Amino acid sequence: MKHLLSIEDLGADGINEVMRLSDSFVEVSERAIPRVPALRGKTVVSLFYEDSTRTRLSFETAAKRLSADTMTFSVSSSSVNKGESLRDTVETIEAMGIDAVVVRHKSSGVPWRIASWVEASVINAGDGWHQHPTQALLDCYTIRSRKGDLGGLRIAVVGDIMHSRVARSDVEAFAALGAEVLLVAPPTLLPASLDGWPVKVTHSLDEVIGDLDVIYLLRIQRERMTEALLPSLREYRAIYGLTPERLRALRSDALVMHPGPMNRGVEIDAEAAEDPRSVITAQVSNGVAVRMAVLYLLLGSGADLVIGGDQ
Amino acid sequence: MNGHALVIRGGEVVDERGRRSADVAIRAGAITAVEPGIDAGPGVQVLDATGCIVTPGLVDLHTHLREPGGEAAETVETGSRAAALGGYTAVVAMPNTDPPIDSAAVARQVLELGRAALCDVRVAGAITVGRKGAQLAPIAELAELGVRLFTDDGAGVQDARLMRRALQYSLALGVTLAQHCEDASLAEGGQMHEGAWSSRLGMQGIPAEAEELMVMRDIALVRLTGAPVHFLHLSTAGSIAMVRAAKEQGLPVTAEAAPHHFTLTHAEAKSFDPVYKVNPPLRTDEDVAAVRRGLADRVIDAIATDHAPHTQEAKEAPWDEAPPGMLGLETALGLALTELDMPIEAVLALLSWQPARIAGLGAEHGGPIVPGRPANLAVIDPSERWTVQPERLASRARNTPYAGRTLTGRARHTVVRGEAVVVGGEAQR
Repeated sequence: MKHLLSIEDLGADGINEVMRLSDSFVEVSERAIPRVPALRGKTVVSLFYEDSTRTRLSFETAAKRLSADTMTFSVSSSSVNKGESLRDTVETIEAMGIDAVVVRHKSSGVPWRIASWVEASVINAGDGWHQHPTQALLDCYTIRSRKGDLGGLRIAVVGDIMHSRVARSDVEAFAALGAEVLLVAPPTLLPASLDGWPVKVTHSLDEVIGDLDVIYLLRIQRERMTEALLPSLREYRAIYGLTPERLRALRSDALVMHPGPMNRGVEIDAEAAEDPRSVITAQVSNGVAVRMAVLYLLLGSGADLVIGGDQ
Repeated sequence: MNGHALVIRGGEVVDERGRRSADVAIRAGAITAVEPGIDAGPGVQVLDATGCIVTPGLVDLHTHLREPGGEAAETVETGSRAAALGGYTAVVAMPNTDPPIDSAAVARQVLELGRAALCDVRVAGAITVGRKGAQLAPIAELAELGVRLFTDDGAGVQDARLMRRALQYSLALGVTLAQHCEDASLAEGGQMHEGAWSSRLGMQGIPAEAEELMVMRDIALVRLTGAPVHFLHLSTAGSIAMVRAAKEQGLPVTAEAAPHHFTLTHAEAKSFDPVYKVNPPLRTDEDVAAVRRGLADRVIDAIATDHAPHTQEAKEAPWDEAPPGMLGLETALGLALTELDMPIEAVLALLSWQPARIAGLGAEHGGPIVPGRPANLAVIDPSERWTVQPERLASRARNTPYAGRTLTGRARHTVVRGEAVVVGGEAQR
């Protein structure tokens, strides 16, 4: 595999392979010196056209733990502000000699365009409302580490599905691994068509909350009110928020997940975020290992991974 | 015989009156004889039409020539060369230039540039000042210059009262208003057709209803005012059904469809290549089938290209930042002949004489091939197979979605006002 653009590129086998590799890298991350020489001599560029400190840091940490060289291209300090085109920027960076480019962009599809222009591997770190495959991989890994397997689990993805790249990748990944996926949202926050989506839909969180293995809450953006998609955040919380009352209805072995950053008091109350069933912090720490696995899969020599000590 | 004499030899003449084998003699810009076995004589240019159809030249109701203001993408010269190569003898230049064609001064400028062009260049005027939808443009003054079509194309006239007044005003002038049907509030922010693909690709959609609402409103305004409306680039099954019903009621409406709306669907967006971004957007298989049906049963009167050149840089932007539009002049005829399961006479009606009448050009273009008529003709080889190569197009821009596609049928020669501007598929200047 050359690029990681969407979950579709991986399929169930690919997701499982990433998760198996991630196990090894979790072990590496727990060492005193969490570093292996697997990608020594490789150069990984983060090309972030949209602010995302956590995803960028997660990728850069992953690359460094694999001994790759890293470069960061951030838009605020770049020639993009001088009107340079996407293609010129990408070709300039490639001319510096790089092996992979990690791309975040507000526009759906940009990683596909870049992949058509460059020789380097392209990793999608989130494009518009479209895909965020490494988030879905770390979500699968986090669920698997608590539940053993996703097969047969009932997972509700709650909130702004329409504008969510996390939802699009998660739905594909969860379904590929055999989970039953439920979308819970007001009709205004669902995509216009769910043709071909392996999901069931409900508009009532209360009807389903007692029967979930995982509740996955999406961030609600404030601008959704000005677009007449929601009357108010208060009303959203009342119907779709994970409130203390709903927390009580949730099974004791259920997991609470969120891709961050959270709007506490909107889609998730503080009690829920701090609840023992919440694995939100584990999602972040697993992110580094999963991204190490992805980088290794795309850039590694293809030989069996040797997790010896550092040198 | 003078130096401008031409004979088109060995073809089948096809026009609105029918088909016959005949040579066509031309002198001083006019057809002088249409009969078999015309003797060319010395000094007369002979165009070989063996195996070809000799037809009134094609007329494009919907061309963006980009001049003034967008010369990096197209000019009157390059666009008219592309048109002539496509078999067109006349194009109507859309007014969404910079500045827009909303004054006699800009209209005169474009018409002046058109004098040196390879085909007849006419202009459409804006309906409102600056195409802003607030105040009527000087429609009568533009009509004085010969402008027959008016449109704010690129956007629809949103205000129903203003559109009503424009229609009423047009009645006294014998001009036609043409609408880009799109309810701006419903379409706002939209990047592609709203449906299964926009949902999957995570892009804001433009529902079919954004177009259909304005078609519905304008049919009501035609009923109210009695003034004719021409519907630009219809793309949805619902729009076509409404136009069909309006025509059955005898209302003075006409409609056009673009080649990309009968050949491509919204699934193309999965490449994220903005070469497939266009407005109205590529729609569903059902919509494509409805456009084809509408063309076949004459609910749609014309194939119009919506030729919309954009620079490579503009089309290499992310999809949601790239401008909508695709080239059309050099591929429309080939696509129509290849993709539409229709007799060539019916295809030519859609590309030549019907649009010529809508454009108010019936006296010069699209008319029957008989002595005394202006010599605006295309010689079409309906069996030539050719592959679309963007780098070989005459347009300054390269944004064709048909790169690599093999088409059957192409213009071999084009004659404009008696001058062979394209001979053997090559522009002569």
